[in-house]
Amino acid sequence: MTGEGDRDRNRAAEREEILSVDGVSVSLSGREVLRDVSFRICAGEFTGLIGSNGAGKTTLFRVILGLQAASAGSVKVAGRARSRRNPMIGYVPQKFLLDPDMPLRARDLVGLGLDGHRFGISRPSRARRELVDEMLAAVDAQAFADARIGTLSGGEQQRVLIAHALISRPRLLLLDEPLANLDLPSGQEVVALLARIAAEQGIAVFISAHEMNPLLPVMERIVYLVGGRAASGTTEQVVRTEVLSELYGREVEVLHIHGRVLVVAGPGDDPEAGHEQHGPLVGVQIVQ
Amino acid sequence: MSHFLVPVFETGFFTSATVQTAVLVGATVPLVAAAVGVFTVMRGQSFAGHALGDIGTTGGSGAFLVGVGPLWGFVAISIVAAAAMEMIGIQRPRGRDLATGIVLGAALGLAALFLYLDATYHNTTGATVTILFGSIFTIAGSTTPAIVLLSVMVVAIVAVLYRPLLLSSVSAELAAARGIPVRAVGALYLLALAIAVALAAMTIGAILSTALLIGPAAAALRFTRRPGTAMLAAGAIGVGATWLGIVLAYDSYYWPPVGHGWPVSFFVVTIILVLYLLAGLPQLWQARTRSASAGITREPVAAGDR
Repeated sequence: MTGEGDRDRNRAAEREEILSVDGVSVSLSGREVLRDVSFRICAGEFTGLIGSNGAGKTTLFRVILGLQAASAGSVKVAGRARSRRNPMIGYVPQKFLLDPDMPLRARDLVGLGLDGHRFGISRPSRARRELVDEMLAAVDAQAFADARIGTLSGGEQQRVLIAHALISRPRLLLLDEPLANLDLPSGQEVVALLARIAAEQGIAVFISAHEMNPLLPVMERIVYLVGGRAASGTTEQVVRTEVLSELYGREVEVLHIHGRVLVVAGPGDDPEAGHEQHGPLVGVQIVQ
Repeated sequence: MSHFLVPVFETGFFTSATVQTAVLVGATVPLVAAAVGVFTVMRGQSFAGHALGDIGTTGGSGAFLVGVGPLWGFVAISIVAAAAMEMIGIQRPRGRDLATGIVLGAALGLAALFLYLDATYHNTTGATVTILFGSIFTIAGSTTPAIVLLSVMVVAIVAVLYRPLLLSSVSAELAAARGIPVRAVGALYLLALAIAVALAAMTIGAILSTALLIGPAAAALRFTRRPGTAMLAAGAIGVGATWLGIVLAYDSYYWPPVGHGWPVSFFVVTIILVLYLLAGLPQLWQARTRSASAGITREPVAAGDR
């Protein structure tokens, strides 16, 4: 993975568009969950999907994975229309905590990432074992490779899941709220690991979170979701008072304090106002 | 036979056709139960497995009423009940207990009627006991080919579905993202579960079938780290318990009340319980040694530093 040729390929791949979402809208039982969402993600980029609970983050992921139909718009993965079981996408779902009684070693779960969709029982082979070992090493999980997955800590389980997602050599890695159940140091570890994977393997990492601060050190681009509408661009372009006020449909203020970003309601703002104002501000987007 | 074995294997044990059938069934059904049972425990569907066993009462008593073999009653009702559970929504975590409960209630109501009619028309209560608590000694030799065939079918379903079923048992979301048709895989697995429960009901009775399905699997999961190993261990536990149960039940003919013999299902279920408790010992011992050695492990590192 570290040969000259690979590095050249990774550099060339950096400009390649891996995910393009164009005007996607989704309605679930009559409620519009996503509205005219558009953005692009390129190879090797670390992108954050930021939004509060219910903003539509998981729905957007489900649309990208092909598990949820969009009522309008299109999604393309590496230039092709997305399909079910797209080996180009690796996925780590939300709130994944396994029962300690589950008879499954960390390495078994990683192996299922390779051939879990195939029928029958997997035949052990040297190539398969070496690939699993390589993936476990890539996420620093060798130490607990043979432990039952449910006995591992939240951060360790996340790393094993990332290896599970990476083993099929995806171009795009989707992670749904991977930091939600982690303490601060474990969260930082996972974020650093993902940034390394994006840089070294040229994989586009797309990670959702309700809080942007843990991602700020490594996040190159941001997709900011409010009530199903999105603004996207570099962090500097999007996380600004004017842009977010327009997105929220009310006055908010972006404050920078000790390297952290806070989005607070603007002065004299009516807290009720944000709920109904979605009308004229459809599909706010910053084009680079 | 050597002399000291006589007290264990009473006279006529190996020549009895009843015992031969029992030993064959006892070697087949627990293996099926193990393959299915490990997944049942992993998927948290033990209640559904138990309910399907109880529901078997309806099929067994119905079969007795119309004069067909109990196996077909067990298999038919189990598949119908599993299909009903699937339609009500057993695969949704919240629908699971609800679907099971509704189907269980309806079926047991019918069982009450069938058992009453059985007792009234056939003037016997023996059938009720056999259906509920079973006896591996009452299985007709002519039924064994069907039992073996159904067993092979179930093991084949589990083997073919193995990887997608494993991934969807770990996480339905992970499986769906890999393009696995999670619902269809779950429904096929439910079919395998239904047949396995029917086979277990034949072996140790409808009410007790869950002990054979869940017991060995739960015991194996206490000391194994891989699903395949868990299935092998559960199979060994199930076959061992059933065979030992057969021997003890045969011997109990000479225990008080002399000349009657204790129910074989009692022995099988009790042995499984004992093995389940014993299976927890390695874990207990491991936990103790780990906490004892925790203080010592730092020493070699310190020695290396010097």
